[in-house]
Amino acid sequence: MSTADVAAPAAGGQLVAVARWLRLLRSELRLTFGRRRNLVLLAVLAAVPVLLGLVLRFSSGASNGGGGGGNGSPPAFLSQVTGNGVFLAFLTLVVESTLILPLVVAVVTGDSIAGEANRGTLRYLLTVPAGRTRLLGIKFTANVAFCAGACVLVSAVAVAVGAILFPVGPVTLLSGNTVSLGEGMLRLLFVTLYLAAAMAALGAIGLAISTFTEHPIGAIAAVLVIAVASEVADSVSQIDVIHPYLPTHWWLSFDALLRVPIAWPELGHGLLSFALYAVIFCSIAWARFTTADVTS
Amino acid sequence: MSLGTGQDEVSFGRAAGHGEGTAPKPSSLNVDASGLAIATIGLAKRFRNQMAVDGIDLAVPRGTVYGFLGPNGSGKTTTIRMLLGLIQPTGGSQRLLGVSMPAGANAVLPRVGSLVEGPAFYPQLSGRDNLARLDAADRAASPRTAAARIDAALDRVGLLAAAGKHYRAYSLGMKQRLAIAAGLLQPRELMILDEPTNGLDPQGTREVRSLIRQIAADGTTVFVSSHLLAEVDQICSHVGVMRAGELVFQGTLEELRGRGAARILVRTGETTLAARVLDRLGLTDVHVDGREVTAQLGELAPEAVCAELVHAGVPVAGLDTPRASLEDLFVELTGEGFDVNG
Repeated sequence: MSTADVAAPAAGGQLVAVARWLRLLRSELRLTFGRRRNLVLLAVLAAVPVLLGLVLRFSSGASNGGGGGGNGSPPAFLSQVTGNGVFLAFLTLVVESTLILPLVVAVVTGDSIAGEANRGTLRYLLTVPAGRTRLLGIKFTANVAFCAGACVLVSAVAVAVGAILFPVGPVTLLSGNTVSLGEGMLRLLFVTLYLAAAMAALGAIGLAISTFTEHPIGAIAAVLVIAVASEVADSVSQIDVIHPYLPTHWWLSFDALLRVPIAWPELGHGLLSFALYAVIFCSIAWARFTTADVTS
Repeated sequence: MSLGTGQDEVSFGRAAGHGEGTAPKPSSLNVDASGLAIATIGLAKRFRNQMAVDGIDLAVPRGTVYGFLGPNGSGKTTTIRMLLGLIQPTGGSQRLLGVSMPAGANAVLPRVGSLVEGPAFYPQLSGRDNLARLDAADRAASPRTAAARIDAALDRVGLLAAAGKHYRAYSLGMKQRLAIAAGLLQPRELMILDEPTNGLDPQGTREVRSLIRQIAADGTTVFVSSHLLAEVDQICSHVGVMRAGELVFQGTLEELRGRGAARILVRTGETTLAARVLDRLGLTDVHVDGREVTAQLGELAPEAVCAELVHAGVPVAGLDTPRASLEDLFVELTGEGFDVNG
């Protein structure tokens, strides 16, 4: 990426360019995390573990069957929550990653360029000039930060609620081994970051779509349709040959982190998938955004 | 592309696209000796099958206030967007302050302030925070001086008192002034203002007009587009007139005025006789209106016409050579559909 500072003298120019880049990033983050709509979305994400925790706490007597008329398999971790509050975090991440988290990511990332274009602020940023590649890099970085922030928030709230409502202690992993509470928390952190990477990859798709339109709602809807369609396709066993290539396929593979030993191949596949999606869609976004006519 | 020898560089020199950070080489290609702030040659933009701008040759001398006129839809905004690198021309070349655009955008745009198609800011931020956002986007802007520069710009447009108010609470005039303030965050050599008084009340229009005069007085070249004739008449020294994507006139305001065909007006009781004399003298377009007769003067001197009238026994009560109004000239240049009110 070109961050050459045109005004600064050659000596220390690189340093100045980085400082100016960080200054714009700070402005972008303040805008992203200060926007009321985004704060409401984060509040919704944080409300889910609270509701889940309360429901499980006060209906624990009836939680033995998992619902007679249900579809048979209750979400993973559901039965463990009442025994150990830490599992509320794993449960929440599984529950939110199917729809709510992708929705929030779609709203923020689909809006990133299209929203600026729609408001008209894009033409002012570009005539400053912010630099098209530079602005795109800033937008992508802010999107990644938002995805990470959202996942960390969900985990943190879930752990806090779990600790208040349920007993907390050493964590029994999926493989049957028991690890200390500290190691359990460390594994939860890695799970959270893994899911953040998954969301950042979806965010790259959102960023790319966002460069093609000046209607943020259209971009948001498109990202969401892609996420949902991918999840549906992932559940149709007849086409399982394409499953590994779907953007959502590896999202729940984070349970590989909850085994001894950790299932690295599974995890590696997931991270590779996220990285490839991010690279491909960032390239598309760059190719489009650096040549597009800004007429809004 | 080969990184190569001197011979290769010649062939690649002009092919540099619109990439980021392609700082213009200090070659002779980028040095503009003619002292033009804006120079385009055959600048064109085609949108699908419509020619929005059809090969225009703009020449805006440094230090002038240049009025860029034309009806709505004549290609003014498209031209301005091309000048600022927002859209890619499909033909021709353009230089801003002597630097080729859009290849030199990162080098030259910091020296250019602009207002394109009305103000656009973040409604949830205050006026001051909005300017801070734009200043943060500027690689050439020092964060140390940001607060002082922002307040100075706000002060200059008279918004300092309202700096903390949310942008959404601003009146249209305040929004417009904030957009101009954004262009004043840095000392500029050129200001490109697209319809800066659009939608303003007479009071707001006056304020913006005096602001433009101040900016020009500091030595900044001002390129201002408008469809309002009165505005151009009052602040501009040079004029370019667009019609359907073409530049149909370019020159000083005086030259434009000089284009108007001179007419003669005779006030008399004997209108019929007077009309007959004018006709005999070869004047065209003779009109009788009450006690007045008007005609195209052509090459004749008014005093000669007067002598002929008197000689023919026409009692001349008054004689005048009214100049065509600017508005008449515009209608002549841009065709009847000129949308004076927008």
